[in-house]
Amino acid sequence: MEQLFQQIINGISLGSIYALIALGYTMVYGIIKLINFAHSDIYMLGAFIGYFSMTTLKLGFIPSLFLSMLFCTIIGVVIEKVAYKPLRNATRIAVLITAIGVSLFIEYTTMAIAGAGVRAYPQMTGFLTGAYRLGSVNITVHQIVIVSITIILMVSLQFIVKKTRIGKAMRAVSLDRDAAELMGINVDTTISFTFALGSALAGAAGILVGLYYNSINPLMGMLPGIKAFVAAVFGGIGIIPGAMIGGYFIGIVEVLVSGYSNSLYRDGVVFAILILVLIIKPTGLLGKNSREKV
Amino acid sequence: MLEIKNINVHFGVIHALKGVSLTVNEGEIVTLIGANGAGKTTTLRTVSGLKKPTDGQILLEGKDIISSSPQDRVLMGISQAPEGRRVFSAMTVLENLELGAYLRRDKKEIAKDLEKVYNHFPILADRKKQLAGTLSGGEQQMLAIGRAMMSRPRILLLDEPSMGLAPLFVQEIFNIIRDINKAGTTILLVEQNASMALQIANRAYVMETGSIVLSGTGSELMQSDDIKKAYLGG
Repeated sequence: MEQLFQQIINGISLGSIYALIALGYTMVYGIIKLINFAHSDIYMLGAFIGYFSMTTLKLGFIPSLFLSMLFCTIIGVVIEKVAYKPLRNATRIAVLITAIGVSLFIEYTTMAIAGAGVRAYPQMTGFLTGAYRLGSVNITVHQIVIVSITIILMVSLQFIVKKTRIGKAMRAVSLDRDAAELMGINVDTTISFTFALGSALAGAAGILVGLYYNSINPLMGMLPGIKAFVAAVFGGIGIIPGAMIGGYFIGIVEVLVSGYSNSLYRDGVVFAILILVLIIKPTGLLGKNSREKV
Repeated sequence: MLEIKNINVHFGVIHALKGVSLTVNEGEIVTLIGANGAGKTTTLRTVSGLKKPTDGQILLEGKDIISSSPQDRVLMGISQAPEGRRVFSAMTVLENLELGAYLRRDKKEIAKDLEKVYNHFPILADRKKQLAGTLSGGEQQMLAIGRAMMSRPRILLLDEPSMGLAPLFVQEIFNIIRDINKAGTTILLVEQNASMALQIANRAYVMETGSIVLSGTGSELMQSDDIKKAYLGG
């Protein structure tokens, strides 16, 4: 029983990271129906910016978190403007292929600049170290930090999307772009804003995963990116709470599989989940099939 | 107030609007009738700026707005309730109405206009917390019109407000359109339900395969044999 609790605690921290990445996938899909394959590389860039911020610039963890989110926001918006915006009226496959191109471009540019090797994430100091024991369950401060930052970011995101003017515009554009335009909503600005939000969350996830795994490399985004995508599909792509639920679900499943069976199966199980979702309920957990009303 | 001069619109090789011209004067209800695919919706989309014409002019109070963005056109007073209602289904009725006032900052005046919309459509007040997607078709149409009114337009473009509605609702929607017009909003109404549209319109244009083929006052067209045969079922 203790082992189960311990695994679930571990799964929640890993799931937080998947959830943060999945939110970016789902928001961008919601608004322009694109699986933004470059999203996982923004997450990787977030990890690298965090790394350089803490080592070269010798900034603390929290300032590094903000720096990483800011940098990723800018990168996300630039990618949208340069790569996707000119293809606004192109076929979806053209944009998808472009996204893969952008992804490879970021990965190998990072490799050229930072080298292909694995880097160890800086050791945390001060309040960021240590662990608490609850009975026989061990909770590290890293895990608490990961989960609390994720919750703060998710609550802020919900507030932005539900309550602010631009958040309402985002929802309107994702529901019906033409109708949104008839309301006077600037669709391009709204799409940029969506990329900004998603990329900021990916940046945060990047620096948090440094805490979790202690190591980063330029191709680190690939597998977590695909898993976060599975999480988004599991929850219902385009649906924000779905991405949160999906992220935690995938994180917990992955940790349980590694803990109770063979850790070699953990990736396979995630993809098995994707296949099952696509067979049983392609719209995902929270997805609905829409019908036209008369 | 609104003057469309000789606009041509192409979708690829398809020549959808072939030199369409029409005029809507201040305070009028003008209707544009015609069969499916005649180009009525395209005309409204062009006026709202969702479709760029190949050439021609669209004048609002004498000023050419052809290069204005859809947002600017909303600011200038053009608002549209599109075909098929297109309400934001996963948002509440109130949120839909608030989005109609998206470009406005005058909170007090927005609240007044919200009251006006609720007066025209009391059912929307009862359902303001409900998701728009859960409304009936007729209620959604009311919401689409109410939403379009929230930008306080000078000219309201209505695309097939009677589409898919039960006859009782159709009568009600047309009564409300007349009320909105009496309260001072100019209306350009696209309809397939020609007899209803001609009854409330001051003037009418008939469209066929991308061109205006006939125009006149509502009552003139109702008497016309061609119209009777083609659109009024007699």
